[in-house]
Amino acid sequence: MPDMKLGVMAEFRSAEELLRAVARLRELGLRKLDAYTPYPVRELEPLLEIKRSFIPKVVLAMALFGATSAYILQWWCAVVAYPLNVGGRPYHSGPSFIPITFETGVLFAALTSFVLPLVLAGLPRLHHPVFEIDGFESVSIDGYWIAVASDDPELDRLRTEVELQGLGARRVVQVEGKRK
Amino acid sequence: MSVVVSGDAAPAPIDFLLGRPSDAALTDQLIAPVLEPPKGFAPLLILTGGGTAVLFTVIAYIATTGIGVWGNNIPVAWALGIVDFVWWIGIGHAGTFISAILLLVEQKWRTSINRFAEGMTLFAVVQAGLFPLLHLGRPWFFYWLVPYPSTMDLWPQFRSALPWDVVAVSTYLITSFLFWYLGLVPDLAVIRDRAPSLLRRRVYGVFALGWRGSARDWSHYRIAYGLLAGLATPLVISVHSIVSMDFAISQLPGWHSTIFPPFFVAGAIYSGFAMVLTLLIPARKIFHLENVVTARHFDSIAKMLMVTGWIVTYSYVIEMFVAWYSGNELERYVQLVNRPTGPYAAVFWVMIFCNCITPQVFWWKSMRTNTTVLFVAAILINIGMWTERFILIVTSEMRDFLTSSWHMYKPTYIDLTLFLGTISFFSFLFLLFLRYVPFIPVSEMKELKLELEHHAEGR
Repeated sequence: MPDMKLGVMAEFRSAEELLRAVARLRELGLRKLDAYTPYPVRELEPLLEIKRSFIPKVVLAMALFGATSAYILQWWCAVVAYPLNVGGRPYHSGPSFIPITFETGVLFAALTSFVLPLVLAGLPRLHHPVFEIDGFESVSIDGYWIAVASDDPELDRLRTEVELQGLGARRVVQVEGKRK
Repeated sequence: MSVVVSGDAAPAPIDFLLGRPSDAALTDQLIAPVLEPPKGFAPLLILTGGGTAVLFTVIAYIATTGIGVWGNNIPVAWALGIVDFVWWIGIGHAGTFISAILLLVEQKWRTSINRFAEGMTLFAVVQAGLFPLLHLGRPWFFYWLVPYPSTMDLWPQFRSALPWDVVAVSTYLITSFLFWYLGLVPDLAVIRDRAPSLLRRRVYGVFALGWRGSARDWSHYRIAYGLLAGLATPLVISVHSIVSMDFAISQLPGWHSTIFPPFFVAGAIYSGFAMVLTLLIPARKIFHLENVVTARHFDSIAKMLMVTGWIVTYSYVIEMFVAWYSGNELERYVQLVNRPTGPYAAVFWVMIFCNCITPQVFWWKSMRTNTTVLFVAAILINIGMWTERFILIVTSEMRDFLTSSWHMYKPTYIDLTLFLGTISFFSFLFLLFLRYVPFIPVSEMKELKLELEHHAEGR
């Protein structure tokens, strides 16, 4: 849900408080939740039903693609496009193609692992509605934020606010639906 | 970020972070060097910037005049250009070792120094790349090394070791940059959110790409970051192995040896850790980072220096033993006569002293945590590793198969100015990095703090 419509947001002081809040809101039946933290909090992932990232599979595929292309390119250069007889050595010298094959595989994999997490996070995107929330700049410092989507069928704004206050939220923000 | 393997088997790593500051206090401490730089930065920047200007002047001179201004000539076709190249690229390897391999094996102490070491890698590889580029003679034709359909119908010769080098070094540079930048994104967001002036918020905001830190973003991010670490790991081994093959697959006595790849990799990590210390000890003092870079860090780095120093020493012994055991008189001459007693004997013995004797002080724990001893040892090892490459490259070429072709090699002032210029350029880039980038990972340190707190509570 990278572009969920924000309904209610609250800021907590620690990862523990945030985890407690997420668990409590789920007990209340809320499902369209997200959390924002200064560093990865792995315990959040099962609570928010986040599946294990599929990035490794794509990276493996790209690595194999890069390596295969590199080998074929070297073979084609040495055997087809520009065969050069060096002391009768075979044109198709497999072992001497290995270093470049390996390095190109790594290069493609590295480029993929760099681009994918950013693209999946919707980046680069310098402005996002969440940045308009008062005090949200604490998210990279010491603020642990929870967000409930405004279109969650179970959302009762007032009840959620009271609940979040009771869980020790430092700040609760009702995001008005101006971006609907 | 502890991402790849999880486990609580390690003993409490309490002394990697002294005190228990709040998240906000820790953040402020770590980004303070960017927001309020310490005094005395400007003169250093001017000094190293001046050195950089000299470097580019020399480069312009070399590019317009030709590489005849270097001291190398047949039979010493490769000399300081390659010595400096191998030295710089070797230095880069410790950065990758710290940030990637130590991440995968869950060595928590690396957290506070990993970005620092990655920055060192990046700037060292930039320096390294200059030398082969200039050695092309006509550096503006560097793209001839890349396979592309040209009107000349020529293609690179991939059965030679030199195109391997091109691919290995450029992959290394790109991967190091991506790994460094991906780790930096959340910390650039920290400065975006914390900087006092609007201009800075905007500039850092652009570089932070709009990072929001949602749990979904983090879940992809931490996996990808771990993958990049996993990808950088084989590069530590493969890049310097490929560099060593430039020599090992030739037939020159002193080069034609199967020990080269592991020997080069160990030497690379050795020199890199020495360079980490050379940079870290002053930076820790200037920026008052005693609570995040602790005695425990120095102790671990010194142990790494001892281990890699011994591998290097062992390699020297094996090189000589194999030369003797092979019964090949050319090998015997290079290894047992020319290197220890030839015209560059003094350089050889400096190498032995710096690389084999110096790290022995680290048998004592008091020496491993004494920053003065460490700093002096690091400088000696830096010198030692440069002399090692000099001995290895020059003494093999100057006296090869036929005595009639023997020739003495002397570097010119241009060679030396170029080398000193790259040291200035490296320092200049590194100072800019310290000035404008949070060089201790902020979000990773806060994550480490949370883990340490959990550990202290016995969870």
